[in-house]
This record gives sequence, structure tokens and C-alpha cells, in this order.
Amino acid sequence: MSGFITILLVILVFIIIYQIGKASEYAAAMRGQEVVKYKTNRVIGWMLVAFFILGLYGIWKCNEYFKPLMLPVAACENGVKYDSMFFTTLVVTGLVFFATQAVLFWFAFRYQTTEKSKSFYFAHSNKLELIWTTIPAIAMAILVAIGLRNWAAVTSPAPAEATVVEIVGKQFNWLVRYPGKDNELGKRDFRKINDATNVLGLDWTDPHNSDDIISQKGELHCVVGKAVKLLIGSRDVIHDVGLSHFRLKMDAVPGITTTLWFKPTITTDSMKRITGNPNFVYEISCDQMCGKGHYSMRGTIIVETQAEYDKWMSEQQTYYAESNPAPAAPAAPAGATKADSNMKAVSMK
Amino acid sequence: MNNAGIIIEGPNVAHSAGAEHHGHEHHEQHFIWKYIFSQDHKMISKQFLVTGMIWAVIGALMSVFFRLQLGFPDSTFPIMEKFLGDWAKGGKLTPEFYYALVTMHGTILVFFVLTAGLSGTFANLLIPIQIGARDMASPFMNMLSYWFFFASSIIMLVSLFVETGPASGGWTTYPPLSALKEASLGSGLGMDLWLLSMALFVVSSLLGGLNYISTILNMRTKGMTMTRMPLTIWALFFTAVLGVLSFPVLFSGVVLLIFDRNFGTSFYLSEIFIGGKALPHIGGSAILYQHLFWFLGHPEVYIIMLPGMGMASEVLSTHSRKPIFGYFAMIISLIGITLLAFLVWAHHMFVTGMSPFLGSIFVLLTLLIAVPSAVKVFNWLTTMWRGNIRFNPPMLFAIGFVSLFISGGLTGLFLGNSAIDIHLHDTYFVVAHFHIVMGVSAFFGMFAGIYHWFPKMFGRFMNNTLGYIHFFITLVGAYLIFWPMHYEGIAGMPRRYYDFSAWETFKHFQDINAFISIIATIVFFAQLLFVVNFFASMFRGRKVTTMNPWGSTTLEWTTPINPGHGNWEGDIPDVYRWPYDYKDDGNGGDFISQTTPLRPGEESH
Repeated sequence: MSGFITILLVILVFIIIYQIGKASEYAAAMRGQEVVKYKTNRVIGWMLVAFFILGLYGIWKCNEYFKPLMLPVAACENGVKYDSMFFTTLVVTGLVFFATQAVLFWFAFRYQTTEKSKSFYFAHSNKLELIWTTIPAIAMAILVAIGLRNWAAVTSPAPAEATVVEIVGKQFNWLVRYPGKDNELGKRDFRKINDATNVLGLDWTDPHNSDDIISQKGELHCVVGKAVKLLIGSRDVIHDVGLSHFRLKMDAVPGITTTLWFKPTITTDSMKRITGNPNFVYEISCDQMCGKGHYSMRGTIIVETQAEYDKWMSEQQTYYAESNPAPAAPAAPAGATKADSNMKAVSMK
Repeated sequence: MNNAGIIIEGPNVAHSAGAEHHGHEHHEQHFIWKYIFSQDHKMISKQFLVTGMIWAVIGALMSVFFRLQLGFPDSTFPIMEKFLGDWAKGGKLTPEFYYALVTMHGTILVFFVLTAGLSGTFANLLIPIQIGARDMASPFMNMLSYWFFFASSIIMLVSLFVETGPASGGWTTYPPLSALKEASLGSGLGMDLWLLSMALFVVSSLLGGLNYISTILNMRTKGMTMTRMPLTIWALFFTAVLGVLSFPVLFSGVVLLIFDRNFGTSFYLSEIFIGGKALPHIGGSAILYQHLFWFLGHPEVYIIMLPGMGMASEVLSTHSRKPIFGYFAMIISLIGITLLAFLVWAHHMFVTGMSPFLGSIFVLLTLLIAVPSAVKVFNWLTTMWRGNIRFNPPMLFAIGFVSLFISGGLTGLFLGNSAIDIHLHDTYFVVAHFHIVMGVSAFFGMFAGIYHWFPKMFGRFMNNTLGYIHFFITLVGAYLIFWPMHYEGIAGMPRRYYDFSAWETFKHFQDINAFISIIATIVFFAQLLFVVNFFASMFRGRKVTTMNPWGSTTLEWTTPINPGHGNWEGDIPDVYRWPYDYKDDGNGGDFISQTTPLRPGEESH
């Protein structure tokens, strides 16, 4: 019933607005098109000016509103560079934005038609056109230069001492694998995946897998000040590792390994103090549409000190032990040292 | 200037054979041939427009539904259940259907409204009457173009009602999500229908585009050299070129996806474990699809933008009573945009793991587009400088077009730079950017065109007061909706999320999401006001009493108020001058029609 009344009301409002429109048209016809034309023109001119001024006020209010809601300081070195580059681009585009919008609305208001106004025939000017081709071109060159410098830094190879962690997306969560004591991730094969006992399809004939650790709560732990290199994969559809606090993002594509590295500079605990939010946590958001649970595909990163990290690591069980709780392990991982040299080349896809 | 070297004379059979031109006009045509299977470009244009408007209302209503979910995730809206049935049981949208709505909203608006509805309408309406032709090069192909679009529309509409729902992998439908039935409900029958519909859509678009190009190149009236064509025609010409060269690539992408889905091939699939089992596919590349898709997808955004640019140029010039500033610079910048449009597709793929070096090249080429775009903006502004501006609805929408084009274009400089995109990619910043620039701005160009040429289409005016209300609500609403989204995107808030309440990083944007949803609903109703105005004015609007109500220089205003099939009753007029001679005609008028011969001693532009 209330839905019906709402619809009736909407229709009523439409009819009223429509009748106002019709009435103003008849009024215009009676009072003479010309008079009304100039009068309307003046009113609309003022409305455009009002729109511009209220717009500026709105932008200012919007800024005020969002200031406390934005992301905290970037939590890695390249992220800090990112923020500064973002700011530079914001200044350049902001200047152009305000200048051109002001000119647009000023010209509209200033050169509106009046009873005696005439237009000025001005069809082209090579000098002007040259100026406003060159200036944007130079501005773009500067933005490209800054951009490529940062792009090279972000996509450069990870430092040699970086901790390697594998993160694999699946509908709808993240699996995080550490290489364990041998510091080498073992081979995996999608045909060996089994949701109960082998979520990543680790190949148990590869001895490097025997000490690999799959983080139990899906948490990605890393040490402050020490670079982390992510090897990113996917089990099913395309996902994306979105790291807002580190200003990073990389797709997880089935059949391909992508990489991303960063050096976290602020621990989770420090960030709790910086943001004043005791629940603060670095979140991994899936940023590539991956199905109905896309919005809930959440991972977390814990940035901690070396001591905390070592403690956490020591509590982790190898995935082999976890998924094969039988008292005696089968023979596969034995004799590892002998096979080691042959396996090295194929340790990672 | 001397154009002798570049004059391309059209064959103009009808022009030289004045006697046979009104073959169609005098006998009464049957309703079916006049209104349904019409071969008159003007009627086909109206068919595209009305179909486009129906789609626009459907697509916009979808956005209202999913905005209700985004704005009020904890509330229920029983009215949604009336529309969507079990997909919104108890008035709460399911995640599956949320994604289906998002996908369909994008597909419908991008392809059916802003491609078919926009270039279909205005290329058909304007090309013959602005270049002085009786109809398109092939009126029959032109009719087919509409009917393929119609068939494509019907299939897409049917897909909304299949049991597993329509396609729901986003309008870009990336595989493997879109390729595997196990991956999502929408990847079932709905996806097959989506692909079929898009394939037909490509056929429609090619039939139309080839026709537009050949008409422009071959059918111009005497004296209508390429450099005397209005900028609308230039823009529609490059739109058609973009479409003809890029749509086939989408078609190939679609066909390969159909094969992967139904015939066991592995073009896009490799090493996948889904639905509890490992699939046999190995060696395909999911990224290949993205290359094929965006090779169309990026030119597509210019297919959407260029007609608006052309129409805004025409409208700004006419209603400022001043020539467009830098006519040749406008053409050259169109050429620049068209060329670059083909060379920037991978900026949609910076974070797919593509080679960083390749990414750098695409950064450079992408930011280059800012140069011709900036030239266009400065030229529009200078066109208004010292003009004699009439604020009627078409002019207001053209001004709004420029304002939104600036706003949306500038945010492109963030996203085109890979080092910034790496954080902003797939956040609300992207949503804000493309909605402002190729959504609302393109719509403003379209509205400017509709208000401006409505008198030519129907011999009546649209109601001005309703036009003003429509304009201000839409302009203010567009900024209120999309401006805050930039902030959300900078804060990393991902797009295509059904609910943010579980996220520590994003949940505090709930209030602003609710605000955006309320404004979006208001703006939706303002668009209905436009629809009412359109249809009411068609039958009851103020009648046009003079042939040239806007005082415009171009050829369409030399046709009768209600032109029949064939457009001109006598001979097609000859053209003697460029299309923007808004200057003293020596008799107190402020414009000189293209059909007026040069006065003695007067130099051509």
C-alpha cells in the first residue's frame, strides 16, 4: 500500500512539474518571446555563477569531511614516494581544474546575450593554439618523467635479502605459503590440489615442500624494515592482491606467477597508535571481480618486529605435518639432499 | 584558404538528377514501411534513440537498485522484490544479483545506450542532412544495422530472465570467471546470451559504421569539401572509423570465449582448480582476453566521447553566435585522439603482471592524449569568449559537457600514470573517473544534441523550463554523486563490492555511500522528467514555425520543417563556405548559411 502511495506521489509531482513547464511556455508566448528570452538568460546566467560558487564551497566541505577518513601515512618506502607523486599530480591537475572551470563559468556569465550585445568574429589564432598545445605537452612530459621513475622503482627486482612469500587467491580467500627452513618454496601442481589435505597442490615428491608452511589463519606476517617479495598466483579465476596501506596492487592470474615486493616501515602496533584505532589491521582486498564472494575476500598482513616474527614462525607447523597427521611420514622427503641439486631448477613455477 | 587540392566530389546522383528525387515522398507509405522497417535515415535515427532511451531507463533503474544495497546494506526494500522476485527476497538484494545488476548496468549503458543509442541516433540523423545527401549510402544496410541492434537487445533482455541470471562478471567479463560455469551463477546461460548478444551488436555496429564512412566520403553535396564539414560530421566519421577497426577485435575475443565455454578449447584457460576438480585446460592465457577486449574497450570510450565532442562544438558555436575557435585544430585533435585511441589499451592492464617496460610505453602514449584533449577544451572556452551566449537547454548541456569533460579528463592523468594506477586501479576513483568523463559527460553531449535537433526530428520544441530543471538537477547531482567517490578511491575502496561492513579500512565510508545513493535516486527521477518531456513534446510541444529556429549555418536547417524521405524537396543545395560563418551577413543577421555564395571580395575561411 505504501509503495502504491509513493508511486502516486511521484506521478503527481511529475504532473505538477510538467504543468509548470507548460504554463511558463504559455506565459512566454503571451509576454513576447524576446523579453522573456533575455530575462531567462539573466536568471540562468546567475544560476551558473551560483553553481560555480556553491561548487567551490562544496569541494571545501567535502575535503573537510574526508580528511579524517583517508588512509594513514604509507607503510612502505615506495608508498611514501607514491604519496608525494600523487600530491604533485593533484597540484598540477588542481590548478588546471580551477582555472578552466572558472574561465568556463565566467565566460558563460560575462558573454551572455543581452539586448544589445554582439559577438566578436574570432575564428582562429595560430599563436594561441601553439601555446596551449605546448604547455600541456610540457606538463605531461614532467608527469610522465616522475611517473616512470616511480614505476621503475616499484617494479624493480626485489632486494636479494627479501623474504619470499607465496600468496595464492581462490574463491574466496587467500592462501599464504612460507618456504620454511630451507628457504625454498617447493613445486606445486594444480592437479594435486585437494581441498581437505592439499589446498595448494604441493608436490610431495619435491623435498622443498616438506618444510613449507601454509599460514593457518591466512595471515601474512612480515618483519618491519625487511623487504618482502610476494609470488602471486591463483587457483581458479583472476583475483588481485590489493594493499591499500602500501599503495600497491597486483593481479593473481591462474597459470601465471606475478610478483610484487615492498619494504614495510611501520608495524601494525605502531599503526594502531598512529591511527588511534585499536582495531587497525593491514588488509588485503581482492580488487579484481572474482564472483559472488568477491567483496568478502579479505586477507590480513601483520607487520611486526623480528622477535615477534620469529616467535610466530616457531609456532607454525609445516603443512606436511598438518595435513598428514599420521605418526610416521612416508618416505618421500627422505633422501632429500641427494635429489636437491636436480630439483633446484624446478623449485618454483 | 584554397581547398582546391582536397575537394573530394561526391557522385551525387540524386543531386544532378533533380527530377527523380522525390520518388518516395508523395504516395502514402504503409505504416510498417514508414515506421518499422523504414529505410529513411531519420526514422532509423529515431528508432535508435527510442530504443536507447528505453535501455537507458532500464540501466539507470538497475543502478538505483544496487545503489540502495550500497547505501543501505542493513535495510530491506520490499519494492525491489516486486521488480526482481527471488533475486531480492524480502527486499534484500542477493550478492549474485548485485553483481548481475552491476554487469548489466555497465553493458547496457556502454554499448546499448552510449554506442548504439548515441552514434546510432546522431550519425543517422545528421550525416545525410548535414553533408547534403538524400539518405545513407545504403539505406537497406542502415535498416539492417538497427534490426541487428534490436535482435541483440532482445537477447540481452531475455538474459535478464533466465534462471541463473544474466552475466555477472563485470561488463568486461574477464575469463576464467566468465568462462567457467562453476565460477559463478552468471557464467551459465546468461553469459552465453551475453556473448551472442554482443556478437550481434558488433554486426550492427559494423553495418552502421561502414555506411557512415562511405556516406561521408562519397555522398557530399557539391561544394561540401571535407574541410567544410561541420565538426559533428568529423566526429561521427572518426567514431565510425574507430568502431570499424576495433569492434572486429572484440568479436574475435568473444568468439574465442564462446569456444572456451562450449567446445573445450583453452585460449584463455590454464591450470585451474574449481568446483572441487582440476580442469584439463593448460597453456591458455587469461590476459589474452584482456588484450583483445581492451583493444576494443579503449577505442570504445572514444566511440562514446567523440559524438558528444562534435555535438558540443556545434552547439557551443551556434548558441554563442560565434565560429568554433580553431576549426582545423579541432579536426587535427580529433585525428590525434583517434590514432592514440588505438595505442593505449594496455593502460587498463598495468597491474595484470604485464612487462613493466611495456607499461612505461603505454604511460607515455596515454598521457599524450591529454594534449589533443586540452586543445579541444581551450578551443571550446575560446569559442565562448566574447560570444553572445543564449542559455537554452542545448547550450547549457554543452557547457555542462565541457565542465564534466575537464573534471573527468583530469583524473585520467592519475590513472594513465602506471605508478599512480598501481594503487587506484579498480577503486572508486576509477568509477568516478569514467562515470564523469564517458558516462555523464557523454550523456550531456547527447542531451545537448537531443535538445538542439529535436525541432529537426519532430518539428516541435522540447519544453525549456523542464529542460532547465533537468539540466541543473543532473549537473549538481552528477558532481554530488561522483566527486566524493574520488576520495573513497584514494582511500583504496575497491569497486564491485557488495558490502563494506566487514572491512576495517573501508567501513567508515558508509554514511557517504548512503548520501550518494540518495542523490543517485533523485537524479534518476530527473531523467524520467526528461523522458516525459521528450515524449510529451513529440506530440504536444510548441511547433517550429521557421525552417531555421536556432539561426544555424548548416545544411540540415535548409530542409523543410518536417522533411520527407529524401530530405530536400527540390535540388540539394550547393555549399559555398565553411560551417561556422557566424558573422554579420550585411543585412543585420548574425550568421551566413553554408548555402550562401561568397560575397564579392569575401575570402573563404
